[in-house]
Amino acid sequence: MAKKIHVTSTINGEPIEFLCDARQSLLEVLRDTLDFTGAKEGCNNGNCGACTVLLDGLPVDSCLVLGVEVEGAKITTIEGIAREAHLHPIQQCFLEDAALQCGICTPGFIMSTKALLDSNPNPSEHEIRFQLSGNLCRCTGYDKIIRAVQDSAKALSAGVERGGTKATQPDGRRAAKKQPQAR
Amino acid sequence: MASSTGDNKKYKVIGTRPIRHDGADKVTGRAIYGSDVRLNGAVHGKILRSPHAHAQIKSIDTSAAEKLPGVCAVATGADFPDLKDKIANLGEGAVNLAHLSANVLAHRKVLYKGHAVAAVAATNPHVAEEALKLIKVEYEPLESVTWVLDAMRAGAPLLHDNVVTNSMGKKADKPSNVPTHIHFEMGKVDEAFAKADIVIEREYKTASVHQGYIEPHVATALWNEDGHLTLWTSTQGSFTARQQTAELLQIPISRVTVVPCEIGGGFGGKIAVYLEHVAAMLSRKCGRPVKMTMNRDEVFEGTGPTPGSFVRVKLGATKTGQLVAGEAYLAYDAGAFPGGMIGPGCMCVFSCYEIPNARVDGYDVLANKPKTQAYRAPGATQAAFACESMMDELAEKLGIDPIELRLRNAAKEGTRRVDGPTYPRVGFIETLQAAKASEHWKSPLKGPHRGRGIASGYWFNIGLKSSAAGNVNPDGTVSLIEGSTDIGGTRTSVAMQLAETLGIAAEEVMPRVADTDGVGYTDVTGGSRVTFATGLAAYEVGLDIRRQMTERAALVFKCDPAAVECVDGMYKANGKSLTFRELAGKLGQTGGPVVGRAAVDPEGPSNGFGTHIVDVEVDPETAKVTILRYTVIQDAGRAIHPSYVEGQMQGGAVQGIGWALNEEYVFDDQGRMQNPNYLDYRMPTALDVPMIETIIVEVPNPAHPYGVRGVGETPIVAPPAAIAAAIYKATGVRARELPISPPRLWAAMAAKKP
Amino acid sequence: MKDFEYQTATTVDEAVSLLAARGERARVLTGGTDLIVQLREGLREADLVVDIKKIPELMELSYSPRSGLKLGAAVPCYRIYDDPEISRAYAALADSARIIGGWQIQSRASIGGNLCNSSPAADSIPSLIVYDVICHLAGPQGRRTVRVADFCTAPGRNVLGRGEILATLEFPPIKKNSGASYLRFIPRNEMDIAVVGAASWLQLDAAGERIEKARVALAAVAPTPLPLTAVSEWLVGKPATSETFAAAGDMASLAVKPISDKRGTVEYRKHLSGVLTKRTLVIAADRARGASAPAH
Repeated sequence: MAKKIHVTSTINGEPIEFLCDARQSLLEVLRDTLDFTGAKEGCNNGNCGACTVLLDGLPVDSCLVLGVEVEGAKITTIEGIAREAHLHPIQQCFLEDAALQCGICTPGFIMSTKALLDSNPNPSEHEIRFQLSGNLCRCTGYDKIIRAVQDSAKALSAGVERGGTKATQPDGRRAAKKQPQAR
Repeated sequence: MASSTGDNKKYKVIGTRPIRHDGADKVTGRAIYGSDVRLNGAVHGKILRSPHAHAQIKSIDTSAAEKLPGVCAVATGADFPDLKDKIANLGEGAVNLAHLSANVLAHRKVLYKGHAVAAVAATNPHVAEEALKLIKVEYEPLESVTWVLDAMRAGAPLLHDNVVTNSMGKKADKPSNVPTHIHFEMGKVDEAFAKADIVIEREYKTASVHQGYIEPHVATALWNEDGHLTLWTSTQGSFTARQQTAELLQIPISRVTVVPCEIGGGFGGKIAVYLEHVAAMLSRKCGRPVKMTMNRDEVFEGTGPTPGSFVRVKLGATKTGQLVAGEAYLAYDAGAFPGGMIGPGCMCVFSCYEIPNARVDGYDVLANKPKTQAYRAPGATQAAFACESMMDELAEKLGIDPIELRLRNAAKEGTRRVDGPTYPRVGFIETLQAAKASEHWKSPLKGPHRGRGIASGYWFNIGLKSSAAGNVNPDGTVSLIEGSTDIGGTRTSVAMQLAETLGIAAEEVMPRVADTDGVGYTDVTGGSRVTFATGLAAYEVGLDIRRQMTERAALVFKCDPAAVECVDGMYKANGKSLTFRELAGKLGQTGGPVVGRAAVDPEGPSNGFGTHIVDVEVDPETAKVTILRYTVIQDAGRAIHPSYVEGQMQGGAVQGIGWALNEEYVFDDQGRMQNPNYLDYRMPTALDVPMIETIIVEVPNPAHPYGVRGVGETPIVAPPAAIAAAIYKATGVRARELPISPPRLWAAMAAKKP
Repeated sequence: MKDFEYQTATTVDEAVSLLAARGERARVLTGGTDLIVQLREGLREADLVVDIKKIPELMELSYSPRSGLKLGAAVPCYRIYDDPEISRAYAALADSARIIGGWQIQSRASIGGNLCNSSPAADSIPSLIVYDVICHLAGPQGRRTVRVADFCTAPGRNVLGRGEILATLEFPPIKKNSGASYLRFIPRNEMDIAVVGAASWLQLDAAGERIEKARVALAAVAPTPLPLTAVSEWLVGKPATSETFAAAGDMASLAVKPISDKRGTVEYRKHLSGVLTKRTLVIAADRARGASAPAH
């Protein structure tokens, strides 16, 4: 077996060094070496997007990047987008819009959404569907995900941090924020 | 749009849309799914799978693999107890343990490509994979068969020499690929057909499809030195996983603890075990925790798709559109071992309608495919594709609007289903009326090559067993312990029912899914049962807590418990009152903790009906179908959390769209699946579907205190027939084979052209 | 996956000497979206993987109307469609770059890699063929050029010799009154391999009425991406009308010899060859007349 390779990169703003085999994917390194288990393995061949992370700001399937390739790169994972105990507006909108069921695809969708809204703050429904077509969801039928992306776009352009993490606090009934609506 | 025929006004929590309790963990990547489990010293297991669809195993030589540095243990079928035929009830369906054992690790014979043959544990997954290549298996290939009708033919390759046909309790005397023949009959079928004004008969075929959950199967086992086995796994039922594992290893259930992790989708495919006892055996052999994760191709080839099918239906009706007779012949492939989805297929084929004279014959058929498993309303979609497509043809032939024809024959309270049961109050008619009144149905569809279709669907809600407990905390919250693994937000829909019962907020209940030592027996998350049955358990926990809290209030108020009134979470007597929270704060002084408990096994399964409307456009040159608009109408009994009810309706519809248009197992002439990946097994992407409109109809279920009906499964049943009807309107072609993929539809359209 | 050695080359010479030393056992890594899958699934094996993304020449993307487009072999797809000038000038190339895998793939995958993978169904190769791209190769024997139509030799095989790499793709300058388009047919709307792919390039007269030059190429209808020479020659001098394009489509249907497989039948592929040839010619003509490419 070849000797392990030393790699230095920045993950979620922090400089990180690790050792890996050449054959290990970035996904394996993130999950098994560095314990960033938010990126999920769904297919391990670039067809489902569950392992999406941002590599120098671009969405990539981390299963199709070798760990050794990220020398000097900046990586953002799902663990790195909430700020100071507040969810990122995209995360908040996914929750409020019930855009997840089993949740396994959710980190990937949120990362792709972040990349999309970073580059196109006001995408059309078609643009959202096109840009998210590399992320498969088997539970939701996509409807509520698309709406969450649309709501995220609105929240981000309004510059409003919605909600925070109130839902996890025991008091303050937050029920019925969204009563039956045209869906 | 959520239209409601029920009265939600009396509820404070039910019908609202709180943020799910596990939400923050799931949007931050913190939730622990099966593959996120980390144990010190864990090693990784991988499985060697058969390259042949059908072969005798002459020998397995694992010696070279055992010598590879890094390999910790190797196991084959020979390491496991040789189980005799024994039927075990898994909650949603039964299984023969000998078959289950041979399915998860082949004994003597491989019966499909991807059939597990041997397993290796090594210090990392790459080494384990390299070791698999060193295992030498000598096969003697046999002829294989994958299509259900081919498998039934005389002279077809026989999968098992000890399986004979059981026809309604009568056993045949020679081996066969047809383990079961089911027959239901009521009325005078032949007489009724003879008298009918119109009789039509058609044949339908469907391909094998997979549940397609994004999370591959995964299990981690630790067989401790004290003989106790702990499993961390992704399962729809921790108790059934415990039972199967204990049976397969022939150890007492009490020696096994199953810790259910977050589960990345199941849809029926994560009830049977595949990895658990293999990981356990490897762990026992090497004395370390063993983690096993499937690759995507293993999921397609080595777990359970749902049956491919052949269905022939005959309907007889009067000129005015009254159904008088029905006959159905259904042959579903079971895959490599008996026990496919033929039973529910037979029960569901005519389940939407009142047909006084009906006969159904169903055949469970062995084929060289992975053992089939449940997939969302298992067996119903294939049957509905046939029956609902014929209702559309009948409507056309009789010149009756397709909703009107369905209304004239719709199953209602008192309708007897062909397999025996008589419906209690059901909401089918209401879904049809809501469809008729919908903006979608009323708006004209303009443009060439476009068509609108409608179809209905039915699925049971099973009851089964659920346990729950609620611990009242001093701050007025309640920790809810339940045993139903949460695949789509059921923690919240169950917690909301407890909150409603206690008069507290949804956020004041903290639900936890416990392991098999932490909660009473609970059946699988399946059969559209969790919000119904575990919800019922939560309601009863609430009643138990309320009773105890009333006693405590009486102590505080110094009165008789009977004098305490409990309204909206407020305990009142003698002009004094305490909120639930205030009272919870006094538990320490009034006798200690309050724990509510419930274990339920509700009788009388309920029934869920839905009606779908779809508009399509067909490219006249390529035959590609575009879904332009889609509406799902369903009776939810009572929508506890409408967002997640809508989510079930939308998700089921899109799975049905995939089944209708593109999803299929493609086999070569050697019985090998050609497309075991997400690139060529084409599940819908976000770009393939429009927004899915929903109309929730609420006809409360009389068997549940809040009127809940399960909603999870019905939504997959109608789409193929609805889409086929819409394609007919757009092209003039009646598609009778799924999927209605572009090459197939193009060929039919080309054949139709003069 | 079997382990391998990983080396990063920073010059073409370094890459060539690393690769030449190992021959068949060495593989070039650009975006990795094909190679990593092939290594993982055992379809290819390697003892050495040479990452060429750090070679400046291979990451070069430069365009001027006078000199044309120079596309380094490792430039990821997104850089093509993110550049409005390049997407306008080489619209068929942008059409291809936008649909190779999903967005995540396009962040990594390169047109050069798509070419070197040499799949009969490759989405970029028909576009490269109709632009008459020159491939600049570098190897132990020095540099040479190959016309892209001659690059692929069989499924997964091409003209690259031992130690030889594709360095850049040279696109001729855009001719006046010309336009091109790529379309593929897939059962879904994204994330699929072409059942058939078609690229068309047209140069019209100044009035936009008559075809002066034409090139049509198809994917997934032969062991290698297929230039439709006869159809291309037939189009010259014809009026740029829907009748002409339909007739060219009919010729295309007859000219191809596809196979039946899990993605389509012979008959369906022949039929689609005609449909897509016609449709890409219509778009190419529109673009030649000045219509801008749609976003997607």
